[in-house]
Amino acid sequence: MHELSIAISMIDQILEESDSRGGLDVEVVHLRLGVFSGVDKDALSFAYELACEGSALEGSRLEIETVPLVIYCAVCQKDRTPPSVYQLSCPDCGSPGQKIVTGKEIEVASLEIVA
Amino acid sequence: MSTRMVEVRAKVMKQNDLLARALRERFRKEGTCVVGLVSSPGSGKTAFLEKLLAGLAVDSRVAALVGDLATENDAARLRRATPNVRQITTGTVCHLDAQMVEKALESWQLDRIDFLFIENVGNLVCPSSYDLGEELRFVLLSATEGEDKPLKYPTIFNSSDVAIITKMDLAQAAEFDLAAARRNIESVRPGMQVFEVSAKTGAGMQAVFDLLHAQLARARQPQLAATR
Repeated sequence: MHELSIAISMIDQILEESDSRGGLDVEVVHLRLGVFSGVDKDALSFAYELACEGSALEGSRLEIETVPLVIYCAVCQKDRTPPSVYQLSCPDCGSPGQKIVTGKEIEVASLEIVA
Repeated sequence: MSTRMVEVRAKVMKQNDLLARALRERFRKEGTCVVGLVSSPGSGKTAFLEKLLAGLAVDSRVAALVGDLATENDAARLRRATPNVRQITTGTVCHLDAQMVEKALESWQLDRIDFLFIENVGNLVCPSSYDLGEELRFVLLSATEGEDKPLKYPTIFNSSDVAIITKMDLAQAAEFDLAAARRNIESVRPGMQVFEVSAKTGAGMQAVFDLLHAQLARARQPQLAATR
Protein backbone atom coordinates (compact mmCIF):
# COMPACT_ATOMS: atom_id res chain seq x y z
CA MET A 1 0.00 0.00 0.00
CA HIS A 2 1.71 3.13 -1.26
CA GLU A 3 -1.31 5.38 -0.70
CA LEU A 4 0.19 6.70 2.52
CA SER A 5 3.32 7.86 0.66
CA ILE A 6 1.07 9.47 -1.95
CA ALA A 7 -1.06 11.16 0.72
CA ILE A 8 2.05 12.58 2.38
CA SER A 9 3.37 13.99 -0.93
CA MET A 10 -0.05 15.44 -1.56
CA ILE A 11 -0.23 17.14 1.83
CA ASP A 12 3.29 18.54 1.41
CA GLN A 13 2.25 20.03 -1.90
CA ILE A 14 -0.95 21.55 -0.54
CA LEU A 15 0.90 23.07 2.40
CA GLU A 16 3.50 24.51 0.06
CA GLU A 17 0.73 26.00 -2.05
CA SER A 18 -0.91 27.36 1.07
CA ASP A 19 2.32 28.93 2.33
CA SER A 20 2.97 30.58 -1.02
CA ARG A 21 -0.43 32.26 -0.69
CA GLY A 22 0.15 33.42 2.84
CA GLY A 23 -1.54 30.48 4.61
CA LEU A 24 -4.93 29.12 3.60
CA ASP A 25 -7.63 27.69 5.80
CA VAL A 26 -8.38 24.63 3.67
CA GLU A 27 -11.78 23.05 4.07
CA VAL A 28 -11.96 20.75 1.07
CA VAL A 29 -9.27 19.33 -1.23
CA HIS A 30 -10.42 18.33 -4.70
CA LEU A 31 -8.31 15.59 -6.21
CA ARG A 32 -8.54 14.13 -9.71
CA LEU A 33 -7.61 10.47 -9.64
CA GLY A 34 -7.31 8.37 -12.78
CA VAL A 35 -8.56 4.79 -12.74
CA PHE A 36 -5.23 3.85 -14.30
CA SER A 37 -3.06 5.73 -11.79
CA GLY A 38 -2.30 2.66 -9.70
CA VAL A 39 -3.76 4.39 -6.65
CA ASP A 40 -6.78 3.06 -4.79
CA LYS A 41 -9.41 5.67 -3.98
CA ASP A 42 -10.59 4.28 -0.64
CA ALA A 43 -7.08 3.54 0.58
CA LEU A 44 -6.05 7.07 -0.34
CA SER A 45 -9.00 8.62 1.53
CA PHE A 46 -8.10 6.58 4.59
CA ALA A 47 -4.40 7.47 4.34
CA TYR A 48 -5.19 11.15 3.82
CA GLU A 49 -7.05 11.39 7.08
CA LEU A 50 -4.22 9.71 8.96
CA ALA A 51 -1.52 11.79 7.31
CA CYS A 52 -3.36 15.06 8.01
CA GLU A 53 -3.32 14.56 11.75
CA GLY A 54 -1.28 17.23 13.47
CA SER A 55 -0.84 19.27 10.29
CA ALA A 56 -2.55 22.47 9.21
CA LEU A 57 -4.84 20.32 7.08
CA GLU A 58 -6.26 18.36 9.99
CA GLY A 59 -10.05 18.34 9.72
CA SER A 60 -10.02 19.07 5.98
CA ARG A 61 -12.01 16.85 3.65
CA LEU A 62 -10.70 15.04 0.60
CA GLU A 63 -13.03 14.82 -2.37
CA ILE A 64 -11.90 12.53 -5.12
CA GLU A 65 -13.12 12.84 -8.68
CA THR A 66 -12.51 9.65 -10.64
CA VAL A 67 -11.04 10.24 -14.08
CA PRO A 68 -11.97 7.51 -16.57
CA LEU A 69 -9.56 5.72 -18.86
CA VAL A 70 -9.60 7.23 -22.34
CA ILE A 71 -7.38 6.04 -25.18
CA TYR A 72 -6.71 7.48 -28.60
CA CYS A 73 -7.75 5.27 -31.49
CA ALA A 74 -5.35 5.84 -34.36
CA VAL A 75 -7.77 4.20 -36.81
CA CYS A 76 -10.90 6.19 -35.89
CA GLN A 77 -8.66 9.18 -35.09
CA LYS A 78 -10.72 9.85 -32.00
CA ASP A 79 -10.54 9.58 -28.24
CA ARG A 80 -12.33 6.45 -27.09
CA THR A 81 -13.34 4.80 -23.84
CA PRO A 82 -12.03 1.21 -23.86
CA PRO A 83 -14.33 -1.62 -22.72
CA SER A 84 -12.34 -2.03 -19.47
CA VAL A 85 -9.05 -1.14 -17.83
CA TYR A 86 -7.67 -4.50 -18.94
CA GLN A 87 -8.72 -4.24 -22.54
CA LEU A 88 -7.08 -1.25 -24.13
CA SER A 89 -8.81 -1.31 -27.48
CA CYS A 90 -11.28 0.83 -29.40
CA PRO A 91 -14.90 -0.10 -28.58
CA ASP A 92 -15.91 0.65 -32.17
CA CYS A 93 -13.26 -0.77 -34.47
CA GLY A 94 -11.40 -3.00 -32.00
CA SER A 95 -7.97 -1.55 -32.79
CA PRO A 96 -5.48 -1.63 -29.93
CA GLY A 97 -5.00 1.74 -28.28
CA GLN A 98 -1.39 2.47 -27.48
CA LYS A 99 -1.86 6.05 -26.39
CA ILE A 100 -3.51 6.87 -23.09
CA VAL A 101 -5.29 10.24 -23.10
CA THR A 102 -6.64 10.28 -19.54
CA GLY A 103 -6.73 7.88 -16.62
CA LYS A 104 -3.27 8.27 -15.08
CA GLU A 105 -3.93 11.53 -13.20
CA ILE A 106 -3.05 12.05 -9.55
CA GLU A 107 -3.65 15.76 -9.39
CA VAL A 108 -4.82 18.28 -6.83
CA ALA A 109 -7.32 20.24 -8.89
CA SER A 110 -8.48 22.90 -6.45
CA LEU A 111 -8.91 23.83 -2.82
CA GLU A 112 -11.98 25.15 -1.09
CA ILE A 113 -10.87 27.65 1.51
CA VAL A 114 -12.60 29.59 4.20
CA ALA A 115 -12.71 33.15 2.95
CA MET B 1 -18.65 31.91 6.92
CA SER B 2 -18.16 31.59 3.19
CA THR B 3 -15.75 29.52 1.19
CA ARG B 4 -13.99 30.17 -2.07
CA MET B 5 -12.25 27.97 -4.59
CA VAL B 6 -8.57 28.18 -5.39
CA GLU B 7 -7.36 26.50 -8.58
CA VAL B 8 -4.22 24.51 -7.98
CA ARG B 9 -3.75 21.83 -10.65
CA ALA B 10 -0.71 20.33 -8.96
CA LYS B 11 0.55 16.89 -9.96
CA VAL B 12 1.05 14.92 -6.78
CA MET B 13 3.93 12.89 -8.23
CA LYS B 14 5.68 16.03 -9.48
CA GLN B 15 8.67 15.80 -7.19
CA ASN B 16 9.35 12.17 -8.05
CA ASP B 17 8.76 12.78 -11.74
CA LEU B 18 11.18 15.73 -11.84
CA LEU B 19 13.86 13.76 -10.07
CA ALA B 20 13.29 10.75 -12.36
CA ARG B 21 13.60 12.99 -15.39
CA ALA B 22 16.89 14.40 -14.08
CA LEU B 23 18.17 10.86 -13.49
CA ARG B 24 17.15 9.81 -17.01
CA GLU B 25 19.06 12.76 -18.47
CA ARG B 26 22.08 11.88 -16.36
CA PHE B 27 21.98 8.21 -17.47
CA ARG B 28 21.79 9.29 -21.11
CA LYS B 29 24.63 11.74 -20.74
CA GLU B 30 26.86 9.14 -19.10
CA GLY B 31 25.88 6.51 -21.69
CA THR B 32 24.48 4.04 -19.16
CA CYS B 33 21.60 1.83 -20.26
CA VAL B 34 19.28 1.61 -17.25
CA VAL B 35 16.64 -1.09 -16.95
CA GLY B 36 14.04 -1.39 -14.20
CA LEU B 37 12.62 -4.77 -13.19
CA VAL B 38 9.18 -5.15 -11.64
CA SER B 39 7.15 -8.23 -10.77
CA SER B 40 5.28 -9.96 -7.99
CA PRO B 41 7.36 -11.52 -5.20
CA GLY B 42 8.79 -14.89 -6.17
CA SER B 43 8.44 -14.52 -9.92
CA GLY B 44 12.17 -15.04 -10.42
CA LYS B 45 13.47 -11.47 -10.70
CA THR B 46 16.69 -12.19 -8.89
CA ALA B 47 17.43 -15.44 -10.74
CA PHE B 48 16.76 -13.68 -14.05
CA LEU B 49 18.95 -10.77 -13.02
CA GLU B 50 21.75 -13.12 -11.95
CA LYS B 51 21.73 -14.60 -15.45
CA LEU B 52 21.58 -11.17 -17.06
CA LEU B 53 24.51 -9.85 -15.06
CA ALA B 54 26.63 -12.94 -15.65
CA GLY B 55 25.87 -13.00 -19.37
CA LEU B 56 26.42 -9.30 -19.97
CA ALA B 57 29.54 -9.10 -17.77
CA VAL B 58 31.45 -11.11 -20.39
CA ASP B 59 31.91 -8.03 -22.55
CA SER B 60 30.20 -5.19 -20.67
CA ARG B 61 30.41 -3.36 -17.36
CA VAL B 62 27.33 -4.11 -15.29
CA ALA B 63 25.83 -2.96 -12.00
CA ALA B 64 22.62 -3.45 -10.08
CA LEU B 65 20.50 -1.87 -7.38
CA VAL B 66 18.11 -4.20 -5.61
CA GLY B 67 15.15 -3.13 -3.53
CA ASP B 68 13.63 -5.17 -0.74
CA LEU B 69 11.80 -4.42 2.46
CA ALA B 70 14.48 -6.22 4.46
CA THR B 71 17.63 -8.37 4.19
CA GLU B 72 20.71 -8.18 2.00
CA ASN B 73 20.11 -11.66 0.59
CA ASP B 74 19.48 -10.61 -3.01
CA ALA B 75 22.54 -8.38 -3.16
CA ALA B 76 24.68 -11.24 -1.85
CA ARG B 77 23.33 -13.52 -4.58
CA LEU B 78 23.94 -10.97 -7.32
CA ARG B 79 27.48 -10.20 -6.15
CA ARG B 80 28.49 -13.60 -7.47
CA ALA B 81 28.17 -12.02 -10.93
CA THR B 82 29.52 -8.53 -10.22
CA PRO B 83 30.80 -6.62 -7.19
CA ASN B 84 28.82 -3.58 -8.32
CA VAL B 85 25.63 -4.37 -6.44
CA ARG B 86 23.90 -2.26 -3.86
CA GLN B 87 20.89 -3.24 -1.82
CA ILE B 88 18.24 -0.64 -1.13
CA THR B 89 16.39 -1.68 2.01
CA THR B 90 13.13 0.20 2.09
CA GLY B 91 11.97 -0.78 5.58
CA THR B 92 8.21 -0.74 5.32
CA VAL B 93 7.94 0.99 1.95
CA CYS B 94 6.52 -1.21 -0.80
CA HIS B 95 8.24 0.39 -3.78
CA LEU B 96 11.38 2.24 -4.85
CA ASP B 97 11.22 5.92 -5.69
CA ALA B 98 13.55 8.18 -7.65
CA GLN B 99 15.10 9.62 -4.52
CA MET B 100 16.11 6.19 -3.20
CA VAL B 101 17.72 5.43 -6.55
CA GLU B 102 19.60 8.71 -6.61
CA LYS B 103 20.89 8.15 -3.10
CA ALA B 104 21.94 4.56 -3.84
CA LEU B 105 23.99 5.73 -6.83
CA GLU B 106 26.19 7.95 -4.67
CA SER B 107 29.89 7.77 -5.59
CA TRP B 108 29.31 5.39 -8.50
CA GLN B 109 30.89 6.54 -11.72
CA LEU B 110 28.13 5.98 -14.20
CA ASP B 111 30.37 6.57 -17.21
CA ARG B 112 32.11 3.33 -16.22
CA ILE B 113 28.87 1.35 -16.24
CA ASP B 114 27.27 0.07 -19.45
CA PHE B 115 24.20 -1.58 -17.96
CA LEU B 116 22.56 -0.71 -14.69
CA PHE B 117 19.61 -2.77 -13.47
CA ILE B 118 17.20 -1.59 -10.83
CA GLU B 119 15.28 -4.45 -9.26
CA ASN B 120 12.18 -3.08 -7.59
CA VAL B 121 10.49 -4.47 -4.51
CA GLY B 122 8.36 -7.50 -5.44
CA ASN B 123 4.97 -5.86 -5.91
CA LEU B 124 2.67 -5.47 -8.90
CA VAL B 125 0.77 -2.46 -7.61
CA CYS B 126 2.77 0.31 -6.01
CA PRO B 127 5.85 0.55 -8.29
CA SER B 128 3.63 1.52 -11.22
CA SER B 129 3.18 5.04 -9.84
CA TYR B 130 6.90 5.76 -9.50
CA ASP B 131 9.15 6.61 -12.43
CA LEU B 132 12.77 5.76 -11.54
CA GLY B 133 14.39 7.34 -14.57
CA GLU B 134 15.01 4.00 -16.25
CA GLU B 135 15.22 3.79 -20.04
CA LEU B 136 13.34 0.50 -20.18
CA ARG B 137 11.10 -1.20 -17.69
CA PHE B 138 10.79 -4.98 -17.74
CA VAL B 139 7.76 -6.55 -16.12
CA LEU B 140 8.24 -10.20 -15.22
CA LEU B 141 5.53 -12.81 -15.13
CA SER B 142 6.38 -16.39 -14.21
CA ALA B 143 4.81 -19.39 -15.90
CA THR B 144 3.77 -20.66 -12.46
CA GLU B 145 1.74 -17.54 -11.62
CA GLY B 146 -1.02 -18.02 -14.13
CA GLU B 147 -1.72 -16.34 -17.43
CA ASP B 148 -4.27 -13.80 -16.15
CA LYS B 149 -1.83 -11.70 -14.08
CA PRO B 150 -1.69 -8.97 -16.76
CA LEU B 151 -5.48 -8.54 -16.61
CA LYS B 152 -5.43 -8.37 -12.82
CA TYR B 153 -2.62 -5.81 -12.73
CA PRO B 154 -3.08 -3.80 -15.93
CA THR B 155 -1.42 -0.64 -14.61
CA ILE B 156 1.99 -2.16 -13.96
CA PHE B 157 1.97 -3.99 -17.29
CA ASN B 158 0.98 -0.82 -19.07
CA SER B 159 3.69 1.22 -17.34
CA SER B 160 6.34 -1.27 -18.55
CA ASP B 161 8.06 -1.53 -21.93
CA VAL B 162 8.91 -5.21 -22.20
CA ALA B 163 7.31 -8.33 -20.70
CA ILE B 164 9.48 -11.28 -19.67
CA ILE B 165 7.80 -14.61 -19.05
CA THR B 166 10.07 -16.46 -16.63
CA LYS B 167 10.34 -20.08 -15.42
CA MET B 168 9.41 -21.39 -18.87
CA ASP B 169 11.07 -24.67 -17.88
CA LEU B 170 8.10 -25.18 -15.53
CA ALA B 171 5.43 -24.14 -18.04
CA GLN B 172 4.33 -27.61 -18.92
CA ALA B 173 4.12 -28.86 -15.34
CA ALA B 174 2.11 -25.76 -14.38
CA GLU B 175 -0.15 -26.16 -17.45
CA PHE B 176 0.70 -22.62 -18.38
CA ASP B 177 -1.29 -21.33 -21.35
CA LEU B 178 1.33 -19.29 -23.21
CA ALA B 179 -1.01 -18.11 -25.97
CA ALA B 180 -3.48 -16.78 -23.38
CA ALA B 181 -0.69 -15.03 -21.48
CA ARG B 182 0.49 -13.33 -24.66
CA ARG B 183 -3.08 -12.35 -25.53
CA ASN B 184 -3.59 -10.85 -22.06
CA ILE B 185 -0.36 -8.87 -22.25
CA GLU B 186 -1.38 -7.54 -25.67
CA SER B 187 -4.76 -6.57 -24.23
CA VAL B 188 -3.35 -4.35 -21.46
CA ARG B 189 -0.32 -3.05 -23.34
CA PRO B 190 -0.85 -3.29 -27.10
CA GLY B 191 2.34 -3.79 -29.06
CA MET B 192 4.44 -4.85 -26.06
CA GLN B 193 7.47 -7.01 -26.80
CA VAL B 194 7.36 -10.35 -24.99
CA PHE B 195 10.26 -12.69 -24.22
CA GLU B 196 10.05 -16.22 -22.85
CA VAL B 197 12.97 -17.29 -20.72
CA SER B 198 14.21 -19.83 -18.27
CA ALA B 199 16.92 -18.48 -16.00
CA LYS B 200 17.53 -22.06 -14.91
CA THR B 201 18.31 -23.54 -18.33
CA GLY B 202 19.33 -20.27 -19.98
CA ALA B 203 16.73 -20.76 -22.71
CA GLY B 204 15.60 -17.52 -24.31
CA MET B 205 18.21 -15.37 -22.56
CA GLN B 206 20.17 -14.62 -25.72
CA ALA B 207 17.24 -12.69 -27.19
CA VAL B 208 17.19 -10.48 -24.08
CA PHE B 209 20.97 -9.88 -24.33
CA ASP B 210 20.50 -8.89 -27.98
CA LEU B 211 17.73 -6.46 -27.07
CA LEU B 212 19.90 -4.85 -24.39
CA HIS B 213 22.96 -4.55 -26.62
CA ALA B 214 20.83 -2.96 -29.31
CA GLN B 215 19.38 -0.56 -26.76
CA LEU B 216 22.85 0.42 -25.55
CA ALA B 217 24.10 0.94 -29.09
CA ARG B 218 21.10 3.13 -29.84
CA ALA B 219 21.58 5.11 -26.65
CA ARG B 220 25.18 5.86 -27.52
CA GLN B 221 24.61 6.76 -31.13
CA PRO B 222 23.76 10.45 -30.64
CA GLN B 223 26.90 10.83 -28.57
CA LEU B 224 29.02 9.41 -31.36
CA ALA B 225 27.35 11.75 -33.79
CA ALA B 226 28.01 14.68 -31.47
CA THR B 227 31.71 13.94 -31.10
CA ARG B 228 32.25 13.49 -34.82
